[in-house]
Amino acid sequence: MSQIAQSNAGGIRPNHPALAVVGRVLLYIVLIAVALFTLIPFVWMLSASLKLDREVFSYPIRWIPEIFHWENYSLIWSKVPLLNYFKNTALIAILVTCIQTLTSSFAAYAFAKLQFRGRNTLFICYVATIAVPWQTYMLPQFILMRSMGLYDTLWAIVVLQSFSAFGVFLMRQFYQGIPTELCEAARIDGLSEYGIWARIMLPLSRAAIATLVIFTFVGTWNDYMGPMIYLTRDVNKTVQVGLQRFIQENSSDYHLIMAVSVCSLLPVSIVFLSLQKYFIQGIATTGLKG
Amino acid sequence: MAQSLETNGRRLPKRKTTRYERKKELIAYSFLAPNFIGFAVFTLLPVLFSIFLSFVKWKGGSFDSMQWVGLGNYAEIFKTAKVAEKGIGYLFTKVDLGIALKNTLFYTLITVPMTLVCAMALALALNKAVKGAVAFRTVFFFPYVASMVAICVCWRFMMMKDGPINQLIMALDGSFNKSWTADSTMAIWSIILVSVWRNMGYYMVIYLAALQGVPQDLYEAATMDGANKWQQFTHVTLPQLRPTTFFASTMLIISCFKIYDVVKIMTEGGPGRSTKMLVTYIYDEAFSNFNYGIASSIAMVLLVIVLIFTLIQFSMEDKYANN
Repeated sequence: MSQIAQSNAGGIRPNHPALAVVGRVLLYIVLIAVALFTLIPFVWMLSASLKLDREVFSYPIRWIPEIFHWENYSLIWSKVPLLNYFKNTALIAILVTCIQTLTSSFAAYAFAKLQFRGRNTLFICYVATIAVPWQTYMLPQFILMRSMGLYDTLWAIVVLQSFSAFGVFLMRQFYQGIPTELCEAARIDGLSEYGIWARIMLPLSRAAIATLVIFTFVGTWNDYMGPMIYLTRDVNKTVQVGLQRFIQENSSDYHLIMAVSVCSLLPVSIVFLSLQKYFIQGIATTGLKG
Repeated sequence: MAQSLETNGRRLPKRKTTRYERKKELIAYSFLAPNFIGFAVFTLLPVLFSIFLSFVKWKGGSFDSMQWVGLGNYAEIFKTAKVAEKGIGYLFTKVDLGIALKNTLFYTLITVPMTLVCAMALALALNKAVKGAVAFRTVFFFPYVASMVAICVCWRFMMMKDGPINQLIMALDGSFNKSWTADSTMAIWSIILVSVWRNMGYYMVIYLAALQGVPQDLYEAATMDGANKWQQFTHVTLPQLRPTTFFASTMLIISCFKIYDVVKIMTEGGPGRSTKMLVTYIYDEAFSNFNYGIASSIAMVLLVIVLIFTLIQFSMEDKYANN
């Protein structure tokens, strides 16, 4: 890989070494500038969260607050039930991730390795709904869930997110890459289909599962529109809608809003930074989930 | 291949295999059931229901109050009678749907190329032997996983009257001194800016993966033929990346047509109707005005647009796969 990169860089004509150096310097300047542009909102958010209300929009802007008002962070806990929001979101995210990974790898095994009538028709149903935006059927889904008594319960979000066709599609693609002979051999050795799924397919599909888990978790954690439609009571709110409520109710407490925002970003940031390799691999191999 | 196995199996003497086959099928269905039941109830059924809803007039409540209106909802959202009378311009300047379509289209037309150009440029830069490439990649990708509400409200504050962005503009020439999200021409640009900022890292990763697959001998051959850096880019890199660019742009177009979160948090569709989008319109009709039929017919417009792009993508994917 580094060789590839090197030979790419070698495109700059070797008879102009000075030009090459200038090119390199320019490249780094551009990269650093874009990195700054990418990070500035986060820096500003952090900086504003440590200021006093009236200092947030001071002119000229002070990036490092005069005095660090850490008390903003203790203040928000009494103003907004953040811990409860975290608890709800974590519960939903964990449940969705478990149900999604388990049921879709289960179904994907049937689609990839088992014979049954209607297999192709059913699979076409799954694939076709990937192309249907959720926004087109959110209303009938809402009507349905309300009639089932799921409105304003965490379960609404759990069932809404858990059975995505995307998970089945992703896992099936992966399972198709696993040689059928492996399953045949296991069958001859007397393993049941459930045994094959548990002892052969699951262990072999760790990479696909990691991708699915990460994207489901982050997607559920950051989901805004679903919880906004379904969760109205404060005890049920997730971090995203809780934050939105806080913004609406305290619209001029810029410093506190930024402090809550920083807190809401922390869990996903930690997950991302510790697993970022899998994020990149996951996108590079599936390229889906836009 | 799977199909032929199945038919082969059936051609064998039937009496002995049926029971065995039935058992095998039952096992297969048992694998499928947990996901399929959830999928059928919460996705498939609502999809079909929403097509039906677009032909009825319904304000919610009991099913008895539903009224079949045929294409009435579509005539209503397109204001066909008025448009026929006053010309197509009326649709895009006065009718909610036309305005939402126009805004969404404008947003898409600007966001897609900007995102892709930025993403490709970043990928090309990082594909060279850059020190700290992993760190840069992590930074560029980070906005994509950061939660929408927090980053959108932060951008909204930064674009306020006295915020850092206007301070920068004032330092440069000082002609703009309004809150971006409260200005009817700048509001949509604030949404575009946030979207590009958020998505470019994601598509950069896709481009980076694609760049790894460009054969190196193509560059060597080009260098031998005396191609300079720019010619190498236009004659080797760009054509090699074409399938990726195509795939990324259809994906991005589709996700642009579904935009909601950024708009809701930053502008609420305003000021006026200047950032009203298709999904904003669906949401308002469904959950604020309770016009379930109207909302579903707008949803069908969105569905048709998205399906057209999906079909284009599918057919082109076949073409690329065959080449």
